[in-house]
Amino acid sequence: MIEWNGNKLAEEISNHISDSVVSSDDHSVYISKEKIYEVLKFLKETSGFSFDLLSSITAVDYIDHFEVVYHLKSLITLSKATIKVKLGFGREDQPEIDSSYNLWKGADFQEREVFDLMGIHFVNHPNLKRILLWDGFPGHPLRKDFVTNSQSVVDDGEDK
Amino acid sequence: MFEFIYNILDAIIDIFIKDMRYESYIITAVTGLIIAFAVINGVLGGVLVLIWGERRLLGRFQQRTGPNRWGPQGLLTSVADAVKVMFKEDIVPEEADHYIFNLAPLLLVIPVFIIFSVIPFGISLYAVDINVSVLFILAITSISGLSIICAAWASANRIAIFSALRSVAMLISYEIPVGLSLVGILLITESMSVMDIVIYQSIPFILIQPVAAIVFFLGSLAEINRTPFDLTEAESELAAGYQNDYSGMKWGLFYLGEFAAAIAAATVFSTLFLGGPNGPILPGLFWLTIKVIAVLFFIIWIRASWPRFRIDQVLNLAWKGLFELTLVNIVVTSIAVIIWTDLDSNRLLYIGLVNWIFAFPFVLLIFKLLKTKKYQSDINSSSYYPVGSDSPKFKKEIK
Amino acid sequence: MSIKSEPITINLGPQHPSTHGVFRMRVTFDGETIIDVEPIFGYLHRGTEKLAEERTYTQVVTLTDRMDYVSSMLNNQGYILALEKLSNITPEPRGVWLRMIASELQRIASHLVAVGFLIQDLGAWGTPLTYAMREREKILQMFEMLCGARITNSYLRPGGVFMDAPEQFWVALKDFVYDFPSKVDELEKLLTSNEIIFSRTKDIAVLTPEQAINASITGPILRSTGVSWDLRKDDTYDFYDQVKFDIPTHSAGDNYSRYLLRVQEMRESLKIVKQCVENIEPGPVRPHHDEVPFLVRPPKGDCYVAIEGSKGELGFYLVSDGSISPYRWHVRSSSLINLTLLRDMLIGTLFGDLFVTFGGIDINMGEVDR
Repeated sequence: MIEWNGNKLAEEISNHISDSVVSSDDHSVYISKEKIYEVLKFLKETSGFSFDLLSSITAVDYIDHFEVVYHLKSLITLSKATIKVKLGFGREDQPEIDSSYNLWKGADFQEREVFDLMGIHFVNHPNLKRILLWDGFPGHPLRKDFVTNSQSVVDDGEDK
Repeated sequence: MFEFIYNILDAIIDIFIKDMRYESYIITAVTGLIIAFAVINGVLGGVLVLIWGERRLLGRFQQRTGPNRWGPQGLLTSVADAVKVMFKEDIVPEEADHYIFNLAPLLLVIPVFIIFSVIPFGISLYAVDINVSVLFILAITSISGLSIICAAWASANRIAIFSALRSVAMLISYEIPVGLSLVGILLITESMSVMDIVIYQSIPFILIQPVAAIVFFLGSLAEINRTPFDLTEAESELAAGYQNDYSGMKWGLFYLGEFAAAIAAATVFSTLFLGGPNGPILPGLFWLTIKVIAVLFFIIWIRASWPRFRIDQVLNLAWKGLFELTLVNIVVTSIAVIIWTDLDSNRLLYIGLVNWIFAFPFVLLIFKLLKTKKYQSDINSSSYYPVGSDSPKFKKEIK
Repeated sequence: MSIKSEPITINLGPQHPSTHGVFRMRVTFDGETIIDVEPIFGYLHRGTEKLAEERTYTQVVTLTDRMDYVSSMLNNQGYILALEKLSNITPEPRGVWLRMIASELQRIASHLVAVGFLIQDLGAWGTPLTYAMREREKILQMFEMLCGARITNSYLRPGGVFMDAPEQFWVALKDFVYDFPSKVDELEKLLTSNEIIFSRTKDIAVLTPEQAINASITGPILRSTGVSWDLRKDDTYDFYDQVKFDIPTHSAGDNYSRYLLRVQEMRESLKIVKQCVENIEPGPVRPHHDEVPFLVRPPKGDCYVAIEGSKGELGFYLVSDGSISPYRWHVRSSSLINLTLLRDMLIGTLFGDLFVTFGGIDINMGEVDR
């Protein structure tokens, strides 16, 4: 299976949809938050890309911003690609992004999990409720400022 | 047997007390109690042995030993189970209807014991001889269907009511084939009494009325809620269904009632179709026991091997399969009975031959009709998704 | 005359004999027909992804065991492949062959559990289940010889495996390979010749390939709808390109084909095990700790690696910031995503089909909830 080079993919996308690519490196393309739905629709439906299998949606908490990561696979062209979106600068409480439920139904449970554990709100999702934790749970556990009670077992000393 | 015990008691009483008032009434009552005591204890002992036997036999089918700890070869396991169940706490749900809640296990257990009062255990070993005992047996077994709906309704539990409604639909549908399959035997023997049927069977009726035997066996399996028809207590779906809220000895009565019903079904089948206590040299009780054990082995073997049906398949089988087989059986048997009347010596043989030739092929026909269904989706058709049919842009420049 | 009837909602609660773990469903019935299903899970959520941020990379291997506890070796393999790609470690060949043997044996064990519990749920009071468990017992005893544990193994390490296989393992493996094909034939005959199983599983809960791909469903469910997609061939890893095996594919998409497919996949896994045993050569099973230290420090960056787990595509996304514990670790669990179409598959079927369909999806709650 071929993995798309991020720079080449960024070139292709910016040829078709203007103003969407923020930056790119060898592995992934960074897309702006407003154009993400259009870009994903373009990648799903154009032949030569036709990413029909959404492998995973996840989110990472870098302390000053969040990143939502999409991994896409194409069964027809046998290729895979990574798309990232940076959002939530300034630690707003619930950053918002467009949901891709209408493109891939497989985004259903994964976006609910990202909302549950990271607190990112997906607009236009039909049923955005907490999925793994109970409804009244305070906070979003996977954020870096959610501290648990356990002691850290990692001691960053020399190699043994 | 009644007169035998009556005379013994009469003689004993006459030694001690001369001229007691209401003597005949008292001795009749005591005799009845002694006979009932013997029959019920015999059946209960049989239930305990059946529980052990079924678990042991299922274990052998599943390549493991069954219970073998308590007593020699594990024979006292059922006693240990009974003691455990007696000491458990008796919980009644808060919203339950107390009277019906307590009544439901009794409604299951009592009719089963009543059936054993008309079964002959030997040439003159029987409790009661009624001249409509076949009708009596059919009527009494339909009371136990009431206990399921009582138990579920009184528990005030949605899942229990769900399973009970399924079971009542099944029980009602299967009573008709069970009843009608006995009409063939009644036509041949011209009597509804079980004693007469047993005396008439010089050749066992299973060889003469094969269709009726098959239908009666399957119908009895459905009446006693056994695999493949055990969807009321389908443990993997409803987690014990209508028995959900019972604990302690009330649940013990349900458990006991199920196994007693299995023994009752096996006994009725062996009496009506296999000849009951008929047999050469050995006493009748021994032959009856052997036949009952053979039928029970067959029932347990089916339980170990087959999965269960869904409710709509069960009802289809009753109304579209077994009901028509009983009608065919009645038509063929009545024609045969008219042709060879009671004065022929080899009557049973001729009727048996007619049944095998004309009625048995319908069994095969019904099984074929109910079995072959055109399944729409085919495992290996030729339409597959076009994986890898296109190539990505810039294929050569990507590493 | 019309009868007034109303739908009834039943809660098939977290404790239930057939839900393969703690899974709750709120089902609405109209008579016996299902008109709505709402799955509720999260009863086994242990916060695995947050726990990984406080452990070293090697300690995270023990966390991966406990996700899908029926197929631990496969979870280990996926995570170790992601770690090796991130830190550019080349694994030792003998270690790779050993972990391929372990993964394929684990796949056989997981499919035995799935098929055995199907027939148990259908009502055959445990007899075929004990046959399947008897075979799985032999596999678990082999795992005990390899690494000391039967179920939660933690056998793999970055660059290879933990320790070499003892002599009695090869003897036991040879016996197993010799007489397992007849047991697979027995199980297949049980499924293909029983009329009751046909009538209860054929033509029920049919999926089309476009529906399945859109819902990100992978694994045996996707292969039963007619898509010949297996990550061992299409996105190959380890030495799977050096062994020959087929991918069974059916195009019916119903319950029956999902179960029959799993039985046929067991045969293919056995073929792979045989070829691995022929190709393995002596050597070290993991790199020396001068090349790959026990406390691995990958360079900054992220990577996503997906392997073909026993239930579908099992993906691991690792983000590292140069220290000895991961910055972020995400598991793309196949069971959670395979549940997406549960509601659409069940609406319109009868109550008796509920647990049969649910078992056909073959989920494991440890992986759904993590």
